[in-house]
Amino acid sequence: MATIDFEPIKLSYTQRVLKWIKEYNPPWIPIIILSSLLFFGLFANFVTGDPMANDLKARQIAPFTDIHHILGTDMLGKDMTSRLIFGCRSVLLVTAPSIIVAIFIGTAIGLIAGYTGRITDTILMRITDATLGFPSILVAMLLVTFVGTGYIGVIIAVTATTWARFARMIRGEVLSVRERDFVTLAVILGVSPFMIMWRHLFPNVINTLMVMISLMIGQVVLLEASLSFLGLGMSPGEPAWGIMVAEGRQQLLTTWWVSLLPGILITLVVMAFNFFGDWLRDYLDPRMRRSR
Amino acid sequence: MSDDIVLKVENLRTHFHTKTGIVKAVDGIDFELRRGETLGVVGESGSGKSMTAWSILGMVPKPAGRIETGRILYHGEDLLQKTDDEMRKIRGSGICMVMQDPLTSLNPVLTIKKQLTETLELEFKEKKESLLQRAIALLSSVNIPAPETRVTSYPHEMSGGMRQRVVGAISISRSPDVLIADEPTTSLDVTIQLQYLKLLKDIQEETGVGIIFITHDFGIVAKMCDRVAVMYAGHIIEQAEVTELFDNPLHPYTKALLRSVPDLDDDVEMLPTIEGQPPDLANTPSGCVFRDRCPDPSDDCRDGNVEMGLIEVSPGHWVDQCCINCG
Repeated sequence: MATIDFEPIKLSYTQRVLKWIKEYNPPWIPIIILSSLLFFGLFANFVTGDPMANDLKARQIAPFTDIHHILGTDMLGKDMTSRLIFGCRSVLLVTAPSIIVAIFIGTAIGLIAGYTGRITDTILMRITDATLGFPSILVAMLLVTFVGTGYIGVIIAVTATTWARFARMIRGEVLSVRERDFVTLAVILGVSPFMIMWRHLFPNVINTLMVMISLMIGQVVLLEASLSFLGLGMSPGEPAWGIMVAEGRQQLLTTWWVSLLPGILITLVVMAFNFFGDWLRDYLDPRMRRSR
Repeated sequence: MSDDIVLKVENLRTHFHTKTGIVKAVDGIDFELRRGETLGVVGESGSGKSMTAWSILGMVPKPAGRIETGRILYHGEDLLQKTDDEMRKIRGSGICMVMQDPLTSLNPVLTIKKQLTETLELEFKEKKESLLQRAIALLSSVNIPAPETRVTSYPHEMSGGMRQRVVGAISISRSPDVLIADEPTTSLDVTIQLQYLKLLKDIQEETGVGIIFITHDFGIVAKMCDRVAVMYAGHIIEQAEVTELFDNPLHPYTKALLRSVPDLDDDVEMLPTIEGQPPDLANTPSGCVFRDRCPDPSDDCRDGNVEMGLIEVSPGHWVDQCCINCG
């Protein structure tokens, strides 16, 4: 058979990036929101002033009424702008680590339980059920009492209460994927159980995982807020969006912006994750990718 | 001669323990496979063909399925005595299997390259680049056009026949000496079937792999196989060289099966069928499993007094002892 050799067209780096963008059409607004979250989280102290400095003479200034405090001040006269910007940092320091650790543990346990089955599955799933059965705030409170308050305490508590949801979900998906022929073929070929889980099961459950992550981020932010509200998380007054929402609740009728502004930001971030997760899910699925 | 035997199955019984009783999927079969030989296993659905394959691979569905007795000798070593880890090393590199459906045998989210190098990696501890070269060589050995570009495709970008050939390439990638093909052509159309069978033959000539070909198509058996074993209700009831079996079938079941193959030269209105149903494997009667459908059973057989067992009637032609006396 005669084969025709095509000279591959050489593209410059910029051309390749542009082609990629054109082909996969990444969601710009969510990417902008998430990258500014990253930017402000990393460089909060260069961008804005001290979020803890209170000026009791300038209390409860409404947004867009004072040139020094564009987004207003709270009940203690702390500047809303710098508090909101420093809030990005607490998202990066607490929310992100705790959800990443939860994803890691939950996915691993879900994969192992779903693939090995039998006694391992039973034991792991009963532990998961037990974790899900307890009200998460109660477990979190208990854990924080043991390990102490502060960043590490909150991360451990949030992880301990969210991994189980991932584990349950992933296990369910694995149960259906592992019955498919390509998994059997991998077993026939002598592929080790670890590689089967990593190469064959995991890529096929990423879709579900993506959806779960975007749903869980909102919950994690709220759980952190509740912990702080109960005095078990980060200390009250620290610039975290959840804490700010909780602080503003008592004076919702007069100083509504203290709750509303961080609330809007939480919504924006959660929605950005949602849309980004949607796109990522399609991007990771080769069938969706090529049919665009 | 005996050195040539790569796989020898002795008195294999694979039973399923279910709520309704013990289902005897495979109930005492013996056969052997030589290097470079193709053994056809024929039989209707539920006769234990596939379960024989899973038993050899050590992948009988647990916990219901259990291998009760028997020995599976692979190069003289009993596979049933091996641990899971040892079996995993034999699977793929020693004994491998091609499954029925090429459309689902490949992982939809991985490229062909990844799926090929995954198994090559187990056999050859080499760098990625040379593994990729091996993968491309494998693809061209199964007649995939333009393998250098095809290797980066995803399964859904290929046709059914191509996927089947890729699955074939993956199965032979670790050069096993036993290849079980479980109806590998049922989901392909006729022209592709022929190509694929030819491919299997070529692979066999090149590598000397022994093939166990599970099918219910006598046309394929005639074309592909050196010897045939006919299975019925978990038993092998007749085993012979291919020409011997076609020319001189002895068991009434084999005769009836061969009669039911349409013949282009004959002008018949209706193809003959075999009356009745195969027995319920959960409570098989004692004696001959075929006696209810046998056109002319002997008195002893009808009363269930005859034990099943193969005897050699002429060199290499084995048939169930009961049915020598029957029609």
